[in-house]
Amino acid sequence: MNGAAFRIIGSLLARRLALGLLTLFVVSLIIFFGVELLPGDLAQNLLGQSATPETVAALRRDLGLDQPAVLRYLWWLGDILQGDLGQSLANRRDIAEVIGDRLGNTLFLAGMAAVMAVPLALCLGMLAALYRNSLFDRIVNIATLTSISFPEFFIAYILILYLAVGQGWFPSLSRAAPDMPFWDHVYVCLLPAVTLTLVTTAHMMRMTRAAIINLLARPYIEMATLKGIRPRRIILWHALPNALAPIINVVVLNLAYLVVGVVLVEVVFVYPGLGQLLVDSVSKRDLPVVQAASLIFALTYILLNLLADVLSIVSNPQLLHPR
Amino acid sequence: MGGFLRILRSMPPTAIFGMVVILAYVFIALFAPLLAPYGEAQVVGAQYEPWGEQFLLGTDNIGRDMLSRLFYGARNTVGIAFVITSLAFVVGGLLGLLASVLGGIFDLLLGRLVDILMAIPQLIFALLLLTILGTSVPVLIVVIALLDSTRVFRLSRAVAMNVVVMEFVEAARLRGEGLWWIMRHELLPNILPPLVAEFGLRFCFAFLFISALSFLGLGLQPPTADWGSMVRDNATLITFGDITPLVPAGAIALLTVAVNLVVDWMLQRASGLRR
Repeated sequence: MNGAAFRIIGSLLARRLALGLLTLFVVSLIIFFGVELLPGDLAQNLLGQSATPETVAALRRDLGLDQPAVLRYLWWLGDILQGDLGQSLANRRDIAEVIGDRLGNTLFLAGMAAVMAVPLALCLGMLAALYRNSLFDRIVNIATLTSISFPEFFIAYILILYLAVGQGWFPSLSRAAPDMPFWDHVYVCLLPAVTLTLVTTAHMMRMTRAAIINLLARPYIEMATLKGIRPRRIILWHALPNALAPIINVVVLNLAYLVVGVVLVEVVFVYPGLGQLLVDSVSKRDLPVVQAASLIFALTYILLNLLADVLSIVSNPQLLHPR
Repeated sequence: MGGFLRILRSMPPTAIFGMVVILAYVFIALFAPLLAPYGEAQVVGAQYEPWGEQFLLGTDNIGRDMLSRLFYGARNTVGIAFVITSLAFVVGGLLGLLASVLGGIFDLLLGRLVDILMAIPQLIFALLLLTILGTSVPVLIVVIALLDSTRVFRLSRAVAMNVVVMEFVEAARLRGEGLWWIMRHELLPNILPPLVAEFGLRFCFAFLFISALSFLGLGLQPPTADWGSMVRDNATLITFGDITPLVPAGAIALLTVAVNLVVDWMLQRASGLRR
């Protein structure tokens, strides 16, 4: 890599990182000040209409609501940076404590789905590109188109109906206990992970296929074909390295999608993860928990997106070797 | 008429299947009150009655007729998804065209704003907004349309950018045509095909999104019949091996597959015409 390339990549990365930080800042603003827009007074809502003005005023002081909003935003941000997420309104427990286990469970499930989905999608995508326009390609194409169109809960319930209720191979509810042995946890998470795999594989596979087919029209591939290299070798050795940037990009984007996609699947399987907590808290209007959970989700999503962009900048051959 | 028939004959069977399904849904949505044997929120029997003569698909968790709710659900879910998509296209399309014609600081600021909005996971954003604003139909429509319009903006701006630099747009500007005239007569006709295809995809998104929210209990509120909440309310039946809750879920899936098949065909046709 020469100096010019280094400078170009450096400035691109710096710009992308700045945009990422700006996004995080705006998200924190939305999450904090959105709650400010709530009709009515938080303390009054908490205590109910029968509370005396004195107790409401006392609670307001307790919660710091008598201070200006900007000041409270800075405190809130400072607390979060120190790992203090505040207290739940519903049960007065420390949110960090409530979220800890659940975040671990969610990441476990998302990670398991990723381990299954990524290799599967890449293999299917490459095979579809290799045997493009064949019967195999068409079947995979239709199968992925349908699985994109299915709502997550439809796939989940079909799996439950046939594999859990029908065959009895898996539990239909994924109750994960905090101190479960690793393989038990895997077993319990298998159906939700398969659901997520089915949902994400389609997109990744289609992008892999498209990225490779896109490259196959290039002159150097034609050259390789004319030299008499076998199609399998052309795809693996000549096309794949150059298709890597878009593929990495779509893989990371799908990981980001997984983190959010777990919400629905967790609810279906009653899996004790962060997504279920978020949905419960939204219906209870437990604002501090909603704020904390959505901040964590948004943070993960934004960071993964950032990672995808950084990887595609760094692995772009045209940027690495400018003319 | 002849042109229409020719298009119809050139359609692959998958696209024809998709068209037929979409038309059937539209028909059911429009005439739900005439087709449904019972009322939308009417309790007509015991809870969870099996499929039979009187209740073709049985009854739900509080004894309402599943089939009737399925018909009304088509009206509510599909109708609201359609309104959302239209709103998203009006807002996103208009801003996208404006950004491409005006360029400069307007384009830059709007682009940044959309970048930031798109960097927030949509479901999380929607859940947050719904907690703050409460769940009602207007709020749902505005929130989802806003989230959806960012993608419409990106697409319409990108496509219009290619047209804005053409000579006939320049000529129109030199003739002294107004902003609105240029957008309406020079740009819009030229970017319509990809936008129509995108409408189908965005509709699927809005439709799945509404269903997902309702499934989580945060979308359309009872007693409004909605496919997502119908799955949620009757989900316990699954553990007894009863497939009734899968019927509304399947209805959602079938419609999205149908729209996707038609969109696939339209995109292929558009790219074929360009070639």
